[in-house]
Amino acid sequence: MIIIACMAEGSVAEVKEALAGVGYLADEPAALVSYLAQKLGKPILVEGPAGVGKTELAKALSRSSGRELVRLQCYEGLDEAKAMYEWNYRKQLLRIQAGGEAGWEDVQEDIFSSDFLLTRPLMQAISSPEPVVLLIDEIDKTDQEFEAMLLELLSDFQITIPELGQISATTMPIVVLTSNDSRELTEALKRRCLYLWLDYPALEREMEIVRLHAPELPETLARRLVEVIGMVRELDLKKPPSIAESIDWARTLLLMGAEDIDRETFAQSMSIIVKHRTDIDLVAERVGLRLAEAPSRS
Amino acid sequence: MAGSPYGPQPDPGPPGMAAKLVGFCEELRGEGVAVGTSELLDAFAALSEVDWTRREDFREALAATIAKSQDDRRVFELLFERYFFRTAEAEAIQRGVTEHAEGGPPAGDGERMDLNELSEAIREAIAAGDEDRMRDLARLAIAAFGRGEGSGVVGVDVQRIRRTLGLTAGSQPPTEDGGERPPIDRDQLTGFERHLRRELERDLIERTETLPPSRPLAELDRALPTSPTQDLAAVHRAVSQMKRRLATLGHEQRGRKKGQLVDVRRTMRASLETGGVPLRLRYRPKRPRRPEIYVLCDVSTSVTSASVFFLSVLHALHDSFRKLRSFVFIERISEVTDVFEGERDFAVIAQRISSEGGVADVSGYTDYGRVWLEFLTEISDDLDPRSTVIVLGDARTNGREPHAEIFAQVSERAGRLFWLNPEPKLYWNYGDSVMAAYERYCDGAFECWTTKHLENFVNVVAGAAPSPE
Repeated sequence: MIIIACMAEGSVAEVKEALAGVGYLADEPAALVSYLAQKLGKPILVEGPAGVGKTELAKALSRSSGRELVRLQCYEGLDEAKAMYEWNYRKQLLRIQAGGEAGWEDVQEDIFSSDFLLTRPLMQAISSPEPVVLLIDEIDKTDQEFEAMLLELLSDFQITIPELGQISATTMPIVVLTSNDSRELTEALKRRCLYLWLDYPALEREMEIVRLHAPELPETLARRLVEVIGMVRELDLKKPPSIAESIDWARTLLLMGAEDIDRETFAQSMSIIVKHRTDIDLVAERVGLRLAEAPSRS
Repeated sequence: MAGSPYGPQPDPGPPGMAAKLVGFCEELRGEGVAVGTSELLDAFAALSEVDWTRREDFREALAATIAKSQDDRRVFELLFERYFFRTAEAEAIQRGVTEHAEGGPPAGDGERMDLNELSEAIREAIAAGDEDRMRDLARLAIAAFGRGEGSGVVGVDVQRIRRTLGLTAGSQPPTEDGGERPPIDRDQLTGFERHLRRELERDLIERTETLPPSRPLAELDRALPTSPTQDLAAVHRAVSQMKRRLATLGHEQRGRKKGQLVDVRRTMRASLETGGVPLRLRYRPKRPRRPEIYVLCDVSTSVTSASVFFLSVLHALHDSFRKLRSFVFIERISEVTDVFEGERDFAVIAQRISSEGGVADVSGYTDYGRVWLEFLTEISDDLDPRSTVIVLGDARTNGREPHAEIFAQVSERAGRLFWLNPEPKLYWNYGDSVMAAYERYCDGAFECWTTKHLENFVNVVAGAAPSPE
């Protein structure tokens, strides 16, 4: 085992580098779990507050590995017809009407062939000839029954269609499931996944992220920005600012030509990071007033 | 590895990493983390892919495969440190490996550092977040002035060494040549203190050649979650477990003959078959008690941390009992049954109750006396011996009149009255807590600050015997 471990040395770092190369600065655990997922062929379950880059991780994995991204956005009431596959009823009907001569046996065999199958994201990921990254976004929004349906796919990478039999993946997809932790996922699902908790990044790392996406931003301003964002996140808000919003704010500040975040700039651009009426009041009161007055420009 | 894994006679268990990992998982299970065999197999598979010599990778690989929620992860972190430290030490004692066998100082190799240099180096390591360097420096610091004059109590020694080094949290004094030093925040300092503690413990174990007994994680470490957003899932899981128990509890009682009452009328009727001789006894069917429940929940500031928990308990109770009316109170009382029945999402409920619950929150101080008065006038007609009243509150009246006599009336009319107090029993009747005045009229008063307490209480309500503490 130790020999294998030595051979694999440095690969975690490589994954990290590859992710950074496509604009995603992963922390140690994220890089390690991504690496393990590829090595072990296990799905990743990513949990964490909204806007910490859970979905972005899947996208970055897709970009860095050159795989296509197949995305399944979950919502309440999502069923297998929309997630896995569906029989193309209209086409089946046409076939039955058109093929008047053929016997019942032939028609029956014919209309339940893969020609009449509409593939949905999960099926698409399984049957793709090229390896893909499958993103199952916000799994916590679905019902428990849907989770149970996923189990076969997640552990064996196969889907059973009663009329056709099992369809197994020819290539191993990287599966990323994200959850906002709005409901407890079942043990069975968790058991099949590697678990990764993403949190808001530490100050230094967020600064790197912001500077990666808004390179023109001077370092002092970037530091000030993430500090203020940190202060805002500490408040009990309805929706704390996400990383994407920090980046947006950085770009806004660049456009405004701001040199420092003073009270005035903050008041003008605050709506970029805070998006609830009550939140805005709270932030203006708690954070805005702590910033320095704008220098008088008379 | 049941009981105490390592007594005074160290037993490192079967050799090899596999055994250690299995042992680790055993301990995790002991703390309530569900680690299945498949998780364990995954862990082994994951470990064969990472570099073991890097502690971080080793830990993260294990965590990703074993700890599948934030809650589990917290327990994992606590146990990981302890378990592998103890395992290594047990092994060391077993093989008689000591670091100070030569008698000389362990580190330094003639390289001499004075106090200032050492403290400076530590500051740098803390600022850089270099864990390995911090550990080395912690050992150096202990070697320099930790031994000999030590008090023997690790915690005291840690603080003494920290003070000697002149390390404090917050902004740092400038360097000798006037340069500025980056401030050290509390977490960073705690990180260094942890290294100090670890090394002192190691030292102690080496000197005494015994391991201190391993204790289960302190109850308080896993007490009720206090932050409403992050740990809600934990509360919900506990409550959903409780729900499952509630759903099945009634059934256990069926079919048990013990303590049943003979139904005279039916016995006589059955005896007609046998010529009037009551050969077969007929019993009164035992029906599980489906109580009407009234829940009063304190939502004032003194119980802020517990009220989120209590509200979610209410939420769960609403699912399980059809006849449930709930009230929240601070200074005055208001009924929130409709809120719970009309809405499924807990977050929405919590918000609605805080915003439009109609709680007359003038001063924010609880007025228990007034609450009883209002409760009694509002629903006194509905209370009957079949009803159960549950109060969730800390019985802190803020010096106001407790009106225990009215509480007694409530107790008289209701069949059963329970009190759940979010404070440990130790704090009852201290300060403005008037628990004793109310406790007399309760059929049971329980401390309730962990999910275990809650479960115990549920057993009582559902009619089973309370599990022993």
